[in-house]
Amino acid sequence: MFDGPEPIYVQIAQMIRAQVLAGELKEEEQVMSTTQFATTFRINPATAQKAFAGLVDEGVLYKRRGLGMFVAPGARERLLEEHRKSYFEDVLGPALQQAEILGISTDDVVAYVLGAGGSRTTTEES
Amino acid sequence: MTTAPFGARLDDVVVRFGASHRMLPNGLLARDEGGTGLDGASLTIRPGTITGVLGRNGAGKTTLLSLLAAFTRPTSGTVVVGPEGAQEDPWENPWITSGTQLVRESGDLLNEEKVRTSLRYYADVRPDWSAETAERLLDLFEVDVRKNPSALSRGKRSAVGATIGLASRAPLTIFDEVYLGMDAPTRYAFYDELLADYAEHPRTILLSSHLVEEVERLFEDVVVVDRGRVLLAESAEQMRARGFSLTGSRDAVERLTGGRRVLHRQQLGSTVQVTLEGALDDDERAAARRAGVEVGTVPVQDLFVRLTDPRSVTS
Repeated sequence: MFDGPEPIYVQIAQMIRAQVLAGELKEEEQVMSTTQFATTFRINPATAQKAFAGLVDEGVLYKRRGLGMFVAPGARERLLEEHRKSYFEDVLGPALQQAEILGISTDDVVAYVLGAGGSRTTTEES
Repeated sequence: MTTAPFGARLDDVVVRFGASHRMLPNGLLARDEGGTGLDGASLTIRPGTITGVLGRNGAGKTTLLSLLAAFTRPTSGTVVVGPEGAQEDPWENPWITSGTQLVRESGDLLNEEKVRTSLRYYADVRPDWSAETAERLLDLFEVDVRKNPSALSRGKRSAVGATIGLASRAPLTIFDEVYLGMDAPTRYAFYDELLADYAEHPRTILLSSHLVEEVERLFEDVVVVDRGRVLLAESAEQMRARGFSLTGSRDAVERLTGGRRVLHRQQLGSTVQVTLEGALDDDERAAARRAGVEVGTVPVQDLFVRLTDPRSVTS
């Protein structure tokens, strides 16, 4: 867990954002405590604390005094909007660049997107 | 927890060991010059942190840790230990030393007595001792306390040391290579117990280890000792920010490298990975992304190896 190239606290924040996006963490649901996080993933509690603090600043989580961290109302909607904005630049852009390198024509890409040739059924892999 | 976590400070500390004589096989005496344990070491330990103490063999780690626990006295310079705002010289200072638990590699057990007797001794001298924790850990590590230390394996003796350190709940708890002889499952059980107990009972924990990869994520702060001096003492995050890696096509990586010091370089076909000193600014980061170059962090282990390597390459 958390073996990516980014700092661990960045990876923890990404994991929680992804869980909120996927609906695995519902709004107003409590997230694991810093202590639970530290012992579960064998990391310093301050590292988990830092990830949580960042998510509070972003409005993804909020703190209830004495109770812990909870998913903020409207967090999923906000994350969806942000990720939609960056989807073309971060995801589709590089994919089209790769298509160009491979000599896949724009027509082929469009045909794939529209489901021509039956390939749309396997979009999960794309 | 009855006492606030201890911090510590060293100012320009030198520790020299006295010269000694030894008998040669021909009956003549040879003089061994005393070594230097520390040679102008300065650092601050932040109270309430888990701090990693790293260094190559003979770098001065054990001397440093012994100073904090008042097992050694500096030849010159000053050492102070204690809670924020009330730090004192630990030497022959019962208030400080009763709050400091140093667990050495040797275990510090009474050799002629059962382990249980040694534990009773530690329970008496540590005001914050948790008998319940001690019992639970001895059970977890499967230590037979009715045996003498000499009848225990290396790993079991280390487990007793780990138990003493955790159960002491001392405001300053120091583990000096406590993992020796422990198998991997036992070491991981120790890390888990350490984190859980630290989270519940905040205190200052120093942990020296050569198994950097295994323990680096436990650290909030890191101290690197090299040839008797403190090479760095900062947060683990600051240490990780001392370097970064670039992976991508050779031309793009070289362009982004610029004049930075290359700590390590690996090439596989036309793909190059370099470890560089310093950090990237936002513009460079964006440029890296456009060029398809992956920017990564460098494990503390790698930074430690490179920073203490006198042959570290510069390109």
